[in-house]
Order: sequence, then structure tokens, then C-alpha cells
Amino acid sequence: MSGKTISAKAVHLSLRVERARLTYQGKTLFEDLEIAVPGGEWTCLLGPSGVGKSSLLRLIAGLAGDAASGSLTTADGAPITGRLAYMAQQDLLLPWLPVLENVALGARLRTGRVSEADHARARALLVELGLKGVEHSLPATLSGGMRQRVALARTLFEERPIVLMDEPFSAVDAIARLKLQELAARALAGRTVLMVTHDPMEALRLGHRVLVMAGRPARITAAMEPPGAPPREVTDARLLPLHGELLSALEAARLAA
Amino acid sequence: MRALRPILVAAGLVVLWQAAVLVTRVPAYILPSPLAVLQAGLANTPLLLMHATVTGGEILAGFLLGAALGSTTAIAMARFAMVRHWVLPVVVASQAVPVFALAPVLVLWLGYGPASKVAMAVLVIYFPVTAAFLDGLRRTDPGWLDLATVMGARAWAVMRWIRIPAALPALGSGLRMAAAIAPIGAVIGEWVGSSAGLGYLMLQANARLKVDLMFAALALLAAMGLILFFAVDWAVRRAVPWQAESTSSEGP
Repeated sequence: MSGKTISAKAVHLSLRVERARLTYQGKTLFEDLEIAVPGGEWTCLLGPSGVGKSSLLRLIAGLAGDAASGSLTTADGAPITGRLAYMAQQDLLLPWLPVLENVALGARLRTGRVSEADHARARALLVELGLKGVEHSLPATLSGGMRQRVALARTLFEERPIVLMDEPFSAVDAIARLKLQELAARALAGRTVLMVTHDPMEALRLGHRVLVMAGRPARITAAMEPPGAPPREVTDARLLPLHGELLSALEAARLAA
Repeated sequence: MRALRPILVAAGLVVLWQAAVLVTRVPAYILPSPLAVLQAGLANTPLLLMHATVTGGEILAGFLLGAALGSTTAIAMARFAMVRHWVLPVVVASQAVPVFALAPVLVLWLGYGPASKVAMAVLVIYFPVTAAFLDGLRRTDPGWLDLATVMGARAWAVMRWIRIPAALPALGSGLRMAAAIAPIGAVIGEWVGSSAGLGYLMLQANARLKVDLMFAALALLAAMGLILFFAVDWAVRRAVPWQAESTSSEGP
């Protein structure tokens, strides 16, 4: 039952952004940018800071406001609204709600109440992510890694086919990050994931595809498909040359900027 | 020790007061000694309590009504830009009118009874409560609002579950300030025109040169103000337990 809750509703929905354009304080960060995110797979987006990765994610999420524009299409042609979940670098847990209510926050915000079934589903997700026993704790009593796991549970609770992640694991320590990456990779298997990260190794561990965004105006300058299925081991020797390749691509992008 | 500190400070001030009276030999109709004030207080306890009940009721009613009105206004202004654009200038402008100048008008309209004093207290605390709460409501972490947007949240649910709880510490500051100034409104109202209350009693005692009784009434008023302040302070702390936790965990 609990294994099913995670992947049952996953639809392989691919996503395409065309003619994306963003100006910030009179400067054009990107225009005519194109990015394709294959359905049911994990795409990682790397790039130097300030290139507009997070802005691109916000554009897709509908959070960018007037400064950004672009054409957003999904494989089935239906609008994207209500079909994506968003996970940020900060866990964004509400400090006044217990863990369980934080996980089920979406239901509360949409309908004003949380049903018994919602609570059961939230509880199952917490168990799935190794958070049994903290349902009634306030977020302030948890460690950074645990809080980010709660945020992941909240993301999964939404049961959206598309998941956008903006450096979701960068604020936790190295060991917790490895654990989180594995949990996320398994829990989000089958969903269309677009994750912004600044860590090439993280991208290589988790991505079916790894993209590099660079330049001004920014472009998708490199794409690679690491061998094997994610989550890959950090010790996987095949990742090493790719890691070097990504690092030099990022260094070149940084020098060009 | 922490609980004793205010009592020690108060005791020290009383000792200083008694010493000043003894040293300067100031006449009792200018500054009575604390002992004389205590004696006057004990001799007139029923009278003082009767007037204190009136003033206390005015302060409490003014505080509750003002806090409710102020919070409602703040929420309406935070929720609807339209309300903010039209009402905020009026609220700010209302502060330009000295409350003292309004007191006679209020007594004229609402009579010598408690209603004009309650209105007075409401007027003085309405602005600090509204301003503090609105400020809090407009400073919601943008990350939370983004999250709610992506979730497809309803505006009122965001208000109820995110923006209001996040603004409770700010509302708390407004309410603490309101608790401190609510007695001012009530007493001003009593001075301008009344037939009961500690403010009325002080005017009467002063006119009859019963300065010790006047000081006893003043001391009682101060004590009531302190009790209200600490009660509100306690209630605010109880209402935002997560804030205490976050400050203690972030501290050195």
C-alpha cells in the first residue's frame, strides 16, 4: 500500500519551454531560451550562479511575474497549472504546524480542511521517508536533514506529475545530503523532475539527463546522459570523467561571463 | 530572582520616595509620604475599589474592542488592496487629531457614562494595533507564499494558515503597546466629564486637597495598568510558542 502511494499516480508528462525570456533590472538574463524535459525522468540543470536557473524554474512554476515570459507546453497539451509541485532550498515548513499538518498543508490550503484520508496518506509518506514518530513534533525540534525530508514528504503529498526542485539538498550536511538524494530518487521515480543544482556530482548521481545552462543571454550549452539508472553510487568510476567534463564546462561558462 | 526584580525595584522607589519626603520636609499637600498614601488607601478601600471597578471595566472593554477592531482592519487591509488604498490614509490621518481634543466631543455624544471612556480607549489603541498587525501581515516570507501559490491555495486559507500566524508576533507587539496606553484613554475620558472612575476620584480628591487619596488612586491605576500589561504579555507568549523556541535555538 505505502509503496503504491508514491508511484501510483505518476504520469509520464514531458514538458517543453520555448522562447523563454527574462529581464532583470534592465538586463536580459535570457531570451529565446529553449529547454525540453522528458516525461517520467529526472533532468538536472547546472550552471554558474546568476545565470538564471532559478528564474527559469520560477517561470515554469508560474512564480516569475511580469519580468518573465515564455511558452510552456506539456505533452498532453493541457495547461500546467495544478500539475506541478515545487521544492526549494529552504524547507519552508510552517513553524506553528506539527510535522503531519505541514505534510498535508496543500490539502488544507486548497479546501480549508484535512480529511482523515489525507492524514493517513501524509502519515504513510512520513513512514516511507523514515520519519515515523515525529508526526506531532514542531519543525523547530528537528534537524536540518529531517526538516528537508518533511519538505520532501510535503512535495510527494501533492501527487503532481511534474516536480521542480531548486537546490533542495544544498542546505544540509554531506551525509544527510547523500541519504536525501537516495530517498528522493526512489520516491520520485516515474515523475518528471527538473532539478536545479550547483553540485555536478549531485547532478550525475540523480539525473537521467544533465544540462548545463550558461552565457548571456543564457543557453543550454551542454547535455549528457550518464550511464546506469539513478540514484548512482558516488563511487561509480564511470561518473568521474563526466564529472571532469562538467567541471570544465562550468569553469568555461564562469570565465565567459 | 527574575520574578523578584520588579518587586525589588518598586520597593527601592518607595524607600527613595519616603526618604525624599523626610529629607526635604515637603508639605503633605504637595507630596504625601508613601505611608500616608497607604493609610489613605486602607481607610478608603471600598470607595477606591468601587471607582477602580468602573475604570477597570472601561479599560478592559476599550482594550478588547480596540484590539478586535484593529485586527479586523489590518486583516481587511492586508487581504484587499482596495481597502488598504482607501482606509489606510484615513487611519493615519485619524492619528493627527489629538485624542485629548476629541474627549469633550465624545462626552457630548456618548454621555458621562462609561461609553465615552471606552470609545476614548478604543481610539488610542486602534492605531498601534492596526499598524503593527498590518506590518506583520505584509512581511510574510515570500517563500511560503510561493509554496501556497504552486499548491493552488485559496486566498483566505493562506490568510488563515500562513499570513495571520506569521504576523502574530507583530500583533503581540501592538497589543503590548495597547495594554500600556489603554488606561490613558480611559482616564482622559474621565477627566473631561464623568461621575465615576479613578480619574474622577483623583479630580475630586485633588479639589478637596486630599492629596494622599489622590496618590492612592494613582497607585491603584498604575497597578491595574501593570496587571493588564503582564496579562497580555503572558497571553501573547502562550499564543506564539514557536517563536520562543526559534529564538532560544538560534541564540548563542
